[in-house]
Amino acid sequence: MKVITANFVTCAVKECKTSAASFPLHFHDAELEQQELDFQPEFIRNVLPRIDWESLRVTANELGFPTLPETKPEGDALNEEQTLKDLHRLLLETQVIEGKLVCGNCGHQYVIKEGIANFLLPSHLV
Amino acid sequence: MLPTPDTSHVSFDTIYEPAEDSYLFLDTLSSESESKWLSERFKKSTSPSPDSSFNSVPLVVEAGTGSGVVLAFAAAQSQHIFGRQDILTLGIDVNRNACIATRETVASAIKTVQKESSTSGANSNLHTVHASSITSDLCTALRPGSVDVLLFNPPYVPTEELPRLPTESENDPTASQSMSRSAKFESDSYFLSLTYAGGADGMETTNRLLEAIPGILSARGVAYVLLCKQNRPEEVKECIRAWGGWNAETVGSSGMQAGWEKLVIVRIWRQDAS
Repeated sequence: MKVITANFVTCAVKECKTSAASFPLHFHDAELEQQELDFQPEFIRNVLPRIDWESLRVTANELGFPTLPETKPEGDALNEEQTLKDLHRLLLETQVIEGKLVCGNCGHQYVIKEGIANFLLPSHLV
Repeated sequence: MLPTPDTSHVSFDTIYEPAEDSYLFLDTLSSESESKWLSERFKKSTSPSPDSSFNSVPLVVEAGTGSGVVLAFAAAQSQHIFGRQDILTLGIDVNRNACIATRETVASAIKTVQKESSTSGANSNLHTVHASSITSDLCTALRPGSVDVLLFNPPYVPTEELPRLPTESENDPTASQSMSRSAKFESDSYFLSLTYAGGADGMETTNRLLEAIPGILSARGVAYVLLCKQNRPEEVKECIRAWGGWNAETVGSSGMQAGWEKLVIVRIWRQDAS
């Protein structure tokens, strides 16, 4: 599971959808693996408009990455190769192999095993 | 004809083997009319646009990936279908084995295209990335408004009962290894029933997905849903148009039966999106 996934998933419990605390889900005990991927600055530039920056900052901290800038890079910052390379590494090259994603609202833990996160809810939560 | 992604690594004990409906999906997405429509919607502008979101990478999600053949095709042929080399794919299935299979099918389809373009010296270069495959009930775990393209080849066969969703222990990879032959047969049959059994009118699962569409699609979002004749596609389309502000059109079909197409693919999108 690439780290970018965390920017697109939220708690599957219906009651949590309206709670701001259900996004982003929080990584616990994450085991990471780096998988090399060709650096495409254009891809990062075009993926950035899709990214919820505040959430990505939270995710980066939880995974032990250096703190991201307070605001999303734009304008000239999008031409700084190092900035784009750092994001490439975090979003696309870093895989979460084992661990949990935890909802900040209801506390449900979504388990990640061999890179597959399980969002199927136990029957009492459906 | 564009190549069909390789699924020779997939064990079809619990996973749907690509069939007529899967191939109808590939043919529809890559048809001249559909790829033109999608490319116009998602192509990059060549002139710098004041609105940076205009060029943003589309998120292409498939619910119920099975072997991953449809999502892998969309990923590998993104230039032909979406008019761009950079899409982000995400696969969803209730069967963990299907998620593992999809991850490999998509990755290897992307790699195959990249290898070919590097040996042929073509300057086109595929940057498409598979974000992940997750086990989930349809789109319940996705952030609202995040999906640009949603693909769904549902369990559409009318059945007396709709099978329940698998539990965590049923999805546990080590569980099937210690099963007796008959227990494994039963478990495999159960997982296969999830791939086709659609309950009343074959629509129980599809209806749940349709209900989620307005919440899950982005402003430029579009969904493709396959229906069979027994699902009464004309009624389904009418129902979607009655939401207000939504279009539904048949954009692909196959297998005539008594004057009706056996399978159709319906495109669903917002009316007001420019």
